[in-house]
Amino acid sequence: MAVSLPDLKQVTVDTIAAEVTDKFRNGWRFVTMTCVDKGGAFDLMYHFDKEYKLVTLRIDVPHGQPVPSVSGIYFAAAVIENEIKDMFGMPFTDLAIDFNGRFLLSENAPKAPQCREGSGIDLRMKVPAEAQPAEGK
Amino acid sequence: MFGLLKKTLSNLFSRPATRSYPGTTRPGFSGSRGHLDMDPAVCIYCGACSKRCPTKAITVSREPKEWKLEVGRCIICGHCVEVCPKKCMWLDMNHGLSKDAVTDARSGDRQGNP
Amino acid sequence: MAIQSLIPFGPQHPVFPEPIQLRLVLEDEKVVEALPAFGYVHRGLEKIAQQKDILQDVFLVERVCGICSFIHSLTYCRGVETLMGLTVPDRARFLRVVWSEMSRLHSHLLWLGLTADAFGFENLFMQAFRLREKVLDLMEATGGNRVIMSSCCIGGVRRDLTPDLVKMIRTTLDEVERELDPIVVTMRDDYTVQQRTIGVGRLTKEEAYQLGAVGPVARGCGIQMDFRTTGYEAYGELEFKPVVFEGGDCYARCKVRLYEMLQSVALMRAALDKLPEGPLAVPVKGNPDGETISRCEQPRGEVIYYMRANNTRNLERLRIRTPTFANLAPLLKMLPGCQLADVPVIVLAIDPCISCTER
Repeated sequence: MAVSLPDLKQVTVDTIAAEVTDKFRNGWRFVTMTCVDKGGAFDLMYHFDKEYKLVTLRIDVPHGQPVPSVSGIYFAAAVIENEIKDMFGMPFTDLAIDFNGRFLLSENAPKAPQCREGSGIDLRMKVPAEAQPAEGK
Repeated sequence: MFGLLKKTLSNLFSRPATRSYPGTTRPGFSGSRGHLDMDPAVCIYCGACSKRCPTKAITVSREPKEWKLEVGRCIICGHCVEVCPKKCMWLDMNHGLSKDAVTDARSGDRQGNP
Repeated sequence: MAIQSLIPFGPQHPVFPEPIQLRLVLEDEKVVEALPAFGYVHRGLEKIAQQKDILQDVFLVERVCGICSFIHSLTYCRGVETLMGLTVPDRARFLRVVWSEMSRLHSHLLWLGLTADAFGFENLFMQAFRLREKVLDLMEATGGNRVIMSSCCIGGVRRDLTPDLVKMIRTTLDEVERELDPIVVTMRDDYTVQQRTIGVGRLTKEEAYQLGAVGPVARGCGIQMDFRTTGYEAYGELEFKPVVFEGGDCYARCKVRLYEMLQSVALMRAALDKLPEGPLAVPVKGNPDGETISRCEQPRGEVIYYMRANNTRNLERLRIRTPTFANLAPLLKMLPGCQLADVPVIVLAIDPCISCTER
């Protein structure tokens, strides 16, 4: 029997900004954001806390779709959104501080390492065809 | 302003807080996790420790009977000690390699072959 | 006319215990802007956790950070126990509290030494570390190792406290309390310490709450936030109140941690008095399924773990948010406007644990 998260609300990408602003006005503290790769889409979850009660908002984001950033509402979200951008390659629009993919990873790191497929050492070691030296010279 | 002055003055007339290692060594605690040791006579080479090791530091083979530990990879967690069905491994309290494993010290591995 | 300069503060700096780079834009001696640069100790632990099974992940998660190692494994084990529906025996719950408070005591003593060193008070630094050695001896005798105790497992604890060890803990706690007294009095009342910390790194209560501050950073601004009061493990059966001070500056945060040290000693004694007999762990059978969130109070604040499992032996996703990660936003708000010499004091007042932040 699967254990489920209490106080979970499913919303959409278009309504997330309004929901987060509503939480800010009612005095909820921003805890963190979590991203899970389900296969063809991401599950992006926002966690809020007030007096030790935790509430989660979840949105379903297909690969490559940009998500509006909530760092204009909660400044603390800028740090975690940069990390999700590095790790999963998810594009966020209007970030308060943008590290452009260099928050945690260096230049030689694999792209979007926490995604399911196409990540890891194989991507980094693959040399593109035009860069390979020509034969017989 | 003179809060720690009493402590400083008492330090003038007492023994130093450090010991002159390696001249005097600290007596260890009996529950300390120092390094992994095993008894090849009891081991049945089932490979349970190798499957459960978090860092894949142990390699076991049945034919020929071989038990090998890469000491550099071992994190001295003790999981292998708990899952061994014959309880042939234990964690010794001294850090560093055991005294009679001189050749192992050079190669960095410990062999437990019968 | 003011001279503008850009100083890279870190990653190697005598006051930082772990590598973090702060790029400071200065006008004469005043900091105008601060931008952090991370990634020096990123190890990709969340990805590794998906490739190991749930029993091996306990050892992985303990090594996220050395200072708060036990409470990381405690939070992970609590989450997996919720996913599998296990109930931890009473003796294990009290032993977990004893070890958690031991971790908190040694972490605050480390912080005390580093902060005193940050403004040049080396005598206090040495005294704090000398006292910390006694606590580390306790951790080695009871847990097996000086920092990574490895005593928590899914379903309970791995080791027991014999009556001899309980006596050793009580004797050491008496010594620690006796020697902690001049240290607390010095740090709290010394004129120079007050000059360096009062008014430095000020945050109002609303700012701290909106920026997501946790732990002593929030409690030093007057916010009543201590996750231990919800009563997880055996904390519900021990009486204590969170240590909260108004002020919002580095001095208030220092006082919060000093009094928390004394509170840890009292909590350990109370837990040892009430320690019941019984089994140490329940057997673990089956696979976890579903998703859950577990939270605990680390020395630096609230740590939160999110876990998702799909009825196999491996977890599908493990997400860790450590308290220093949450305190980064308040740090970036505190730095502009201060003097260059105050930067180490402010950074150490949030008690940074960068290996926790970057996993």
